[in-house]
Amino acid sequence: MRRRELWSVAVAIMVSAWVTGAQAQSPYGIGRPATPAEIAGWNIDIGRDGSNLPEGRGTVSHGREVFDQQCAACHGEKGEGGVGDRLVGGQGTLGTAKPIRTVGSYCPYATTLFDYIRRAMPQNAPQSLSNDDVYAVSAYLLSLNGLVGADGTLDAKSLAAIKMPNRDGFVGDARPDVK
Amino acid sequence: MSSTTNDNLARASRRRFLQGSTAAVGGAVLGAGTSAAADADNLPPNIPEWMKAPGEPMGSQPYGTPSPFGKNVVKNISPNLKQYISASGRTPLQELDGIITPNGLFYERHHGGVPTIDPAQHRLMLHGLVERPLVFTMDDLRRFPSESHIYFLECSGNPVYTKPYGKTASDLVGLLSCAEWTGVSLKLVLQEAGLKPEAKWVVAEGADAAALTRSIPIEKCLDDAMLVYSQNGERLRPQQGYPVRLLLPGFEGNMNVKWLRRLHVTAEPIYSREETSKYTDLMPDGSAREFSFYMEAKSIITRPSGGQRLTTKGFQEITGIAWSGHGKIARVEVSVDGGKSWQDAQLQEPVLTRALTRFRLPWRWDGQPAVIQSRAIDETGYVQPTLAELLAVRGENHFYHNNAIWPWRIAADGEVTNAQA
Repeated sequence: MRRRELWSVAVAIMVSAWVTGAQAQSPYGIGRPATPAEIAGWNIDIGRDGSNLPEGRGTVSHGREVFDQQCAACHGEKGEGGVGDRLVGGQGTLGTAKPIRTVGSYCPYATTLFDYIRRAMPQNAPQSLSNDDVYAVSAYLLSLNGLVGADGTLDAKSLAAIKMPNRDGFVGDARPDVK
Repeated sequence: MSSTTNDNLARASRRRFLQGSTAAVGGAVLGAGTSAAADADNLPPNIPEWMKAPGEPMGSQPYGTPSPFGKNVVKNISPNLKQYISASGRTPLQELDGIITPNGLFYERHHGGVPTIDPAQHRLMLHGLVERPLVFTMDDLRRFPSESHIYFLECSGNPVYTKPYGKTASDLVGLLSCAEWTGVSLKLVLQEAGLKPEAKWVVAEGADAAALTRSIPIEKCLDDAMLVYSQNGERLRPQQGYPVRLLLPGFEGNMNVKWLRRLHVTAEPIYSREETSKYTDLMPDGSAREFSFYMEAKSIITRPSGGQRLTTKGFQEITGIAWSGHGKIARVEVSVDGGKSWQDAQLQEPVLTRALTRFRLPWRWDGQPAVIQSRAIDETGYVQPTLAELLAVRGENHFYHNNAIWPWRIAADGEVTNAQA
């Protein structure tokens, strides 16, 4: 009997230790669970492998229409730049005295183009373009940079498959570099 | 009772208004050639006018502002920016003392304007490689144990490497400020959700029109990173990320994501636009450095500095600020002879990790032309380099992380200018 009591106390201690351990993983009990639907609504991060790219597709020709209406005022009719950054050209200039950094010459991943246009462009109405329109504008800009054909179409798979010219152009932080 | 008080206040206010307008008219008339006489009326042996009537009553400024005589001490915002939505404004460093930047003068850099966020409707979502994805309200975040620290914050492009160089200390390195930050350790918040073993980065996103996104290495997130809701004792200003921002001591400014709304725990960086197309640095061979997080040791003399004028020979205190993203400032050396010789400046306590440190050197100006400059040495032994040394390694296509020594030239007439310009 006494042995039995001891055993149950030991079990109680073990259970309580297990419960305490679970609490230690969530020490303050602050916040509430995020639901999958909430996360899906907010998570617009696109991985460089194309992960989390949405469904949809867009053609170069439609992208040109969207660009003319939504983007050209700042970035120029052919992406040559204005108030907004230059987006086209510059391949082969990065190691020269006058490097031209654009989507085509500098950006290492095409997925970043989709991610950025969707989250931040156009500047006066971000997150207003449909996914199809973002694919289309991405296709148009990549075609202006010679990376997609003039009659091309982009979707999640084909966008992620594009190898940008400067993909291997980046190195880590080498500082301190002055002794 | 309260209505009587209000009546009295209203009368006092009317009286003040009338006095004020009379004074203004009088001033304008006197201003036409007789201002010296007006000044003398307030000088010894006379009693100054502001002692002859009561001053502003209690309640005339529910939120205090500087003296009208200090109205020129404002943020340094270029009138010639290409645009003002993605833009920056600088702290007037040469006008400030000590190490704390007043909240209204804290430097600004935004990529999609300044959002107006109702804290009751703001949420922070924490998801990805965690055991329990969570959503926090602002009240939730304030329930966590809080902590306060003094840290500097600096934009990585401060200044650029190529001419034209700025005229003043603010033009050169005014994308720099320092404050006491209060919030919760990011480590506590991450532990609340439980990190999975493969968690290596945290992607932070702002609730601004740029949905600005940066990837932060998990080591920093579990070290001294904070979620900050207050700055110098009051809630964050909208320009600084109200109601909550990320604070990564010693890391380049843009990673300290403002208006923070999402933390996405991942296995690798997200390679956002702000860590690929921007905030990366071209080297002479055409390669580019990425993920250059730390702001290296740096200093600048703020008095005497560009745009100021020494009005007399004799004693002049040289003073300035030094800082390092790698820790504490160990020493600051000052040269008053164009870099031929250097002497240790006095460091004003407190000397804090990843905070501005004020330095001083007593000096007597002999009235001759001089070049003065400072260089910082941090606790790792790193010595602030010259611009020539940086350019020799990085080339002129580098844009960010210029931490060069910046000399000031003092002319015989006392005018102080940028010696590199």
